[in-house]
Amino acid sequence: MSASAEATVLITHAVGLHARPSVKFTKLAKSFAAEVEVAIAANGPWFDAKSIVKVMGAKAPKGTMLHIRAKGDGASAAVKALVDLVQRNFDEDADHVRSA
Amino acid sequence: MRIEGIPASPGYAEGPLFDLNQPPASYKAKASAAEEKAALEAAIGKAVARLAALVETADGDAAGILEFHIAMLEDDALSGPAFASIGSGQPADVAWRAALDSEIAGYEASDQDYFRARAADLRDIRDQVVRALSEDSEVALPQGAILYGEDIAPTRFLETDWSKGGGIALKRGSTASHVAMLARSRGVPMVVGLSALAGTFTGLALLDAERGGIIFSPSPAEVEAFRQSASSFADRQGAARTFLTEPAVTKAGTAVRVQVNIAYPSDVDGIDIATCDGVGLMRTEFLFGKALPDEETQYQAYRKVLEWAGDKPVTIRTVDAGGDKPVPGFTVEETNPFLGLRGIRLSLARREIFRVQIRALLRAAVHGNLKVMFPMIATPDEYSQAAALFAQEQAILAAQGVAHKLPPLGIMVEVPSVALAPEGFSDVAFFSIGSNDLTQYVMAAARDNAAVAHLNSVQHPAVLRLITAVAAFGRDKRIPVSLCGDAGGDPAAIPTLLEAGLRDLSVAPAQLAMAKAAIAGVPV
Repeated sequence: MSASAEATVLITHAVGLHARPSVKFTKLAKSFAAEVEVAIAANGPWFDAKSIVKVMGAKAPKGTMLHIRAKGDGASAAVKALVDLVQRNFDEDADHVRSA
Repeated sequence: MRIEGIPASPGYAEGPLFDLNQPPASYKAKASAAEEKAALEAAIGKAVARLAALVETADGDAAGILEFHIAMLEDDALSGPAFASIGSGQPADVAWRAALDSEIAGYEASDQDYFRARAADLRDIRDQVVRALSEDSEVALPQGAILYGEDIAPTRFLETDWSKGGGIALKRGSTASHVAMLARSRGVPMVVGLSALAGTFTGLALLDAERGGIIFSPSPAEVEAFRQSASSFADRQGAARTFLTEPAVTKAGTAVRVQVNIAYPSDVDGIDIATCDGVGLMRTEFLFGKALPDEETQYQAYRKVLEWAGDKPVTIRTVDAGGDKPVPGFTVEETNPFLGLRGIRLSLARREIFRVQIRALLRAAVHGNLKVMFPMIATPDEYSQAAALFAQEQAILAAQGVAHKLPPLGIMVEVPSVALAPEGFSDVAFFSIGSNDLTQYVMAAARDNAAVAHLNSVQHPAVLRLITAVAAFGRDKRIPVSLCGDAGGDPAAIPTLLEAGLRDLSVAPAQLAMAKAAIAGVPV
């Protein structure tokens, strides 16, 4: 049985889906077996969420509605985890608190 | 034309010049697309490995950027177009540049400042791989060449095949640099401080590393005079060789132990164990040269030397990184590294790395007569902490049923605090005086600075007084004292060191014969 899931999340990070967040985003995507894709418009184009080159290449600034979809094993868990990461602002705020 | 310098490792070399400072080579195309692909793959791997080593030392923001670079390089989507172009006949460097330039153009065209700025990252990523690609086709070194330039990296020295002769001529450099020590131990002629060296030279040159000088474009008369000096030097060395196989004894019949200093396990391949009393100093920094070595690599390296030495002692110094010996992924960048986090200070600050070395040493100890010493000890507490780590790791190995042995643990005497107040160290197994560092710290004269080289003398009364005091303390407390700095192998310093009470010297292998010959002339 092939599962699939889809969600949309608002990017609130000051400079968008940039270098450090995209490293975290793609690392997290790669931890799932499911095929995961992202897009910055509902009708695509869709990019491989496990490729940092593609994710960075989407050039999603702050305020972008990021579309995430997944297919296969753990699809809904993957989408949920990635949405959570974006909503947690990629844990960047917490990082700054720790290093202060 | 002759330029004067300071001899750093005695000898004579006649050979073609090789400019150490020539610009990086350009990429040479390979014969087939398959080879081009392999070259690009290897270059990307090399760039990733370098970045991974840098991440270890970088802090938050810098590490974040480096991790981003690594993630980009590891993404097949980045290199995919380049591999496709190679498949259609492009050389690797052209294909890689084209693929990255098109990616870079995409970022430059962004209307967001942040994404436009990422173009610089992409250019950096591009250039790192281009550099790794062209390194493989660097101009080959002619046999027996004289390497000249501003300075030389230790890795360059180690990569060079010195078996066909050759030498080193440096505009800056120092007789106490790491490379100078290596050169002396391998018998490679080296001259430093050739400050009048300017411009680019080619063709034949004559390197006189006995008096200190280099002759460019020599006349036939100069060549002939040079060859006579070289042959006289070889004769004198030959005469000293008769002392090589005999135990060292002074004129008065006092026995002196003469051990060797080695920097690399393979150094022992060229030494007959019968000619020395063991290894007084085995450095371990070069194990840490390119990346942090794992426990097994270290264990094998230590075991090789221990088995070679048989029942003679092998004194291994735990890693003395920092100072003039940076290790990627381990040392930290400091404004005043000689007074910073180096030697035991660094090991105690990076215990997870230190523990790996400790386990390798404990395991290797069963294969011979191992002694272990800690560099840069300044306080008794540092020794206690290091010794406690040995005890902890020993307990773990015992619990796991792994064969091991706790070796005697001693310290280097190179920080003046130890030499001035040795009474805090009456429980160490032995002292080894590191005269190079002790001298530089007592005289406040950096050993890698040619401008203050005249101050760096072990014969200064202040340095000698400390050495004498440590030797006396050791005799009093029955703690063995040896000396493993360059002075131990210097025929001019040997009489003074023996008069100061030392009876145990450790010298570069190439200096064994000359050192024993010098000892034979001392009346103590």
